[in-house]
Amino acid sequence: MSLQALTYLFVGFSFAIYIGIAISSRARSTNDFYIAGKEVSPVANGMATAADWMSAASFISMAGLIAFLGKDGSVYLMGWTGGYVLLALLLAPYLRKFGKYTVPDFIGTRYYSKAARLVAIVCLIFISFTYVAGQMRGVGIVFSRFLEVDINTGVVIGMCIVFFYAVLGGMKGITYTQVAQYCVLIFAYLVPAIFISLMITNNPIPQLGFGDKIAGSSTYLLDKLDQLSVELGFSAYTENTKTNIDIFFITAALMFGTAGLPHVIVRFFTVPKVSDARKSAGYALVFIALLYTTAPAVAAFAKINFIDSVQEVEYKSAPEWFKNWEEIGLIAWKDKNNDGIINYSNGNALDGVKPKYLDQDGDYGQRLVSNNPDSSNSNEVYIDNDIMVLANPEIAKLPNWVIALVAAGALAAALSTAAGLLLVISASISHDLMKKMLMPRITEQQELFFARCAAAIAIFIAGLFGIYPPGFVAQVVAFAFGLAASTIFPALFLGIFYKRLNKEGAIAGMISGLLVTSIYIIYFKFINPQLNSAENWLLGISPEGIGFLGMLINFSVALIVSNFYSKPPNEIYLMIDEIRKP
Amino acid sequence: MKLTYWQLNLIILILLLTIWFIVSFGFGIIWSERLDIITIGGFKLGFWFSQQGSIYFFVVIIFIYVYLMNKLDKKFYKDLNKKKDRDHK
Repeated sequence: MSLQALTYLFVGFSFAIYIGIAISSRARSTNDFYIAGKEVSPVANGMATAADWMSAASFISMAGLIAFLGKDGSVYLMGWTGGYVLLALLLAPYLRKFGKYTVPDFIGTRYYSKAARLVAIVCLIFISFTYVAGQMRGVGIVFSRFLEVDINTGVVIGMCIVFFYAVLGGMKGITYTQVAQYCVLIFAYLVPAIFISLMITNNPIPQLGFGDKIAGSSTYLLDKLDQLSVELGFSAYTENTKTNIDIFFITAALMFGTAGLPHVIVRFFTVPKVSDARKSAGYALVFIALLYTTAPAVAAFAKINFIDSVQEVEYKSAPEWFKNWEEIGLIAWKDKNNDGIINYSNGNALDGVKPKYLDQDGDYGQRLVSNNPDSSNSNEVYIDNDIMVLANPEIAKLPNWVIALVAAGALAAALSTAAGLLLVISASISHDLMKKMLMPRITEQQELFFARCAAAIAIFIAGLFGIYPPGFVAQVVAFAFGLAASTIFPALFLGIFYKRLNKEGAIAGMISGLLVTSIYIIYFKFINPQLNSAENWLLGISPEGIGFLGMLINFSVALIVSNFYSKPPNEIYLMIDEIRKP
Repeated sequence: MKLTYWQLNLIILILLLTIWFIVSFGFGIIWSERLDIITIGGFKLGFWFSQQGSIYFFVVIIFIYVYLMNKLDKKFYKDLNKKKDRDHK
């Protein structure tokens, strides 16, 4: 069968499963809609959390990013897994004991204040929409490359599927579809990784193959990669280029940000008992670690394969995938020395980094770009990191069904995360904003109706983000984690571990964390992007890592301000005592 | 003096978070380059901790936490029942 037919088959079949599950697990009450009736088993919840957490970025972009960054890429590996330790030990069991529906619910109740709830709602909606925008781009890329439909049509199809099971099933529908989506995505990630590991190192386990010798030679894969990288003008693959302080701060911001992400936290509200919340965080991390320990191996394999198959190859005989991705606009080749041979090395191939394609072909059949060549180096290849995972099976010449499987896996990753986020947005609007602040007298049925409407509107907006992708998605991801680390995490953590914190302290803390983080990021990413380099950063901290500093400032401000105002009321002390018990 | 449930909980947290810090921020970042002198197979140890090892430790830390807290919960309920019995008499 052709690749396209196989992809339609795999994607169609996986979509049919998701819809089937959604129909059989409809939500009948707000309890079902927000927290799946608190009856999800810890293992199922672990899988759902893993699918919810592993987004299009984890599935599609992360390995490519690591392949490009080498050891510096560790910040994502440690940052996006280490946060689960914090979540399991510091937040999940207590928030489950609290037993309400949403994160703003806890903040509003604990700090006995509508203002605190409102700050939480604003942060939550901002974080969630930032994130959704990224998922839609992932859906668009997969549809356009593998199903050869228009990106817009792809996004609309994706939205219809999510609409169907998120609006109908709520948290209950989402949870069980996410379990299925996890199985699809992890299978789709591991199969090619195992194939490639066997091909390159004769070792079937990618996590070990990655530290093994290259098949048929006595050189270790990583040594070879170090050597190749240095030859091409990059720094050695297994060494850092960023400073330790920057790596420290980025990792910390991602960890605390992960622990403060509302769509992850709310998953732990769905299990029956407090002890299940702890267990469930453990299972979630096992399922996540399966992909996250494979990713650096995939990165190393992909980098070596990529260099091997294009470096100093004549464009005319370049592999098929190279031209396919050039067609999509994620690869470009500018023949700087007019020799018809592809030269890949360190540095930007093009002025202005992103290629602007002309509507004509060059002497060798390549797509011409209007950018001037960047004359400071001899690199001729522009490559978008996002394609490493998607192109990997093609680069390694794996059978068509593996490529089709990867397409279905990438869609599962994008759709599961999008659904989880949309649910958090809809719950914060219908429950926190409508029920708790604006219209306290609505009935449960009306609230459920509002929740469904809010989900539908959120899906519509997310769809617009997919069709008209804002250019700033990559820049604002740092924002989402920075905000979660500097506002939501401290408010939750102190709320549980420091009884004396009153509403004045909490709100002052959240607002100062919010301001420090957003001003720093906006200044370096939007107002003065040309200043965004190590010598101008405060203490050498990049905008990606500033969330951690924002968190420390939040802590200090909250503790100091808190001392100037009276203690929280007695019932708050009792409430905290209650959530601290098992 | 007998420690309360909450105090024991805090001790467990501090202990496990120290390990969490050492395997990630410690071995993976701060002392990573120094550990790189040691190699296991094709891996430099510091590199291995930053891209593989720290994640395995994270998983183990959570399951140790689950085990310790389940034990502590049991003790809590036992003490609670004893207290109830005493109050009854």
